[in-house]
Amino acid sequence: MNKPYVRSLSKTGWFLTQPRYKRYMAREVTCLFIFAYTFLLIWGLKRLAEGPDAFQGFLNALHSPLGVLFNLAVLIAAVYHSTSWFNVTPQAMPIMRGEEFVPGNIIVGAHYAVWAVVSLIVLILGV
Amino acid sequence: MSERQIQLEVLRYNPETDSEPRYQSYSVPCLNEWVVLDALNYVKDNLDPTLSYRWSCHMAVCGSCGMMINGEPKLACKAFIHEYTDQIRVDPLANFPIERDLVTSVEDFITKLASVKPYLIPKSDQPVSAGEFKQTPAELKKFKQYTLCINCMLCYAACPQYGLVPEFLGPAAISMAHRYNQDSRDGGRDERQEVIASDEGVWECSFVGACSEVCPKHVDPAGALQQVKVASTIDWYKEHLMPWMKK
Repeated sequence: MNKPYVRSLSKTGWFLTQPRYKRYMAREVTCLFIFAYTFLLIWGLKRLAEGPDAFQGFLNALHSPLGVLFNLAVLIAAVYHSTSWFNVTPQAMPIMRGEEFVPGNIIVGAHYAVWAVVSLIVLILGV
Repeated sequence: MSERQIQLEVLRYNPETDSEPRYQSYSVPCLNEWVVLDALNYVKDNLDPTLSYRWSCHMAVCGSCGMMINGEPKLACKAFIHEYTDQIRVDPLANFPIERDLVTSVEDFITKLASVKPYLIPKSDQPVSAGEFKQTPAELKKFKQYTLCINCMLCYAACPQYGLVPEFLGPAAISMAHRYNQDSRDGGRDERQEVIASDEGVWECSFVGACSEVCPKHVDPAGALQQVKVASTIDWYKEHLMPWMKK
């Protein structure tokens, strides 16, 4: 007799069932912070276009406790988001040299190195 | 040899009499060297001959004994008793319909696997007299890990995307397509691409990565799927930005 029993996954609570699903959701949710930050940048551009006073107001808002807190939260989320993607790059982009695959830690390390160099350049330009 | 009394909680379902599955507990004297499959065999031989489950090789080669052990997709022949407490819960593979007890219906997977043409499609017909297709060690290495797939379906049980969208082609089938696409002797990529680059194909994958974490043969299906996405994206750009490149 064929009467298969179908179990269905909870559409809303499935990611709470496994630690690895929670880690995945954490990675996905952090992109919302980056999404929010792009809006902040666009808002800053708008204020810049409106003149020096408007832009100074925008900068003052950034220096407020709420502005600092928002930037800190975005920084933490962006670092988690970026590193979680860096760490899986060897899976998505394996590189073969000769007869061997380049070890994963070299591919991941290269991402961190480029990140460090770009951050340094931005810091030097910003000072 | 030390012995431990294990409470084995097994999900039972009899399609002839049950409207839904229920847990049944068995007290099993287990040797420390045993795997969960040995405990199930003990139940079948000594306590309850009606218990149904699949197994064959007992050495992680046949891929038959995939089941959820304490909620984790595992091969029962590779899940050592000494790694567990005295209570072990055994469920049929998640995301698959239950036929009876721990036996699930595999038709969906088999259909999907066949749809990606998981066999060599030579670039051109060649008479046998022309000899074998030669391959260098580097060309072999490019896809060898994907040949280790034993079709145990643990990756489908781990994949929430397959659980939520049953139409998703899934990790093992796409990995197998990738295995042949990467093979220097093969020329069937265009035929496979129609299936694996479709909406129900690789683009349903959101890189949870659970498939690779549970794979007992370290095939890394999640890696294969991301590589398919990269290749499919390059195809798209070639087609739309460089239409003259199209064959």
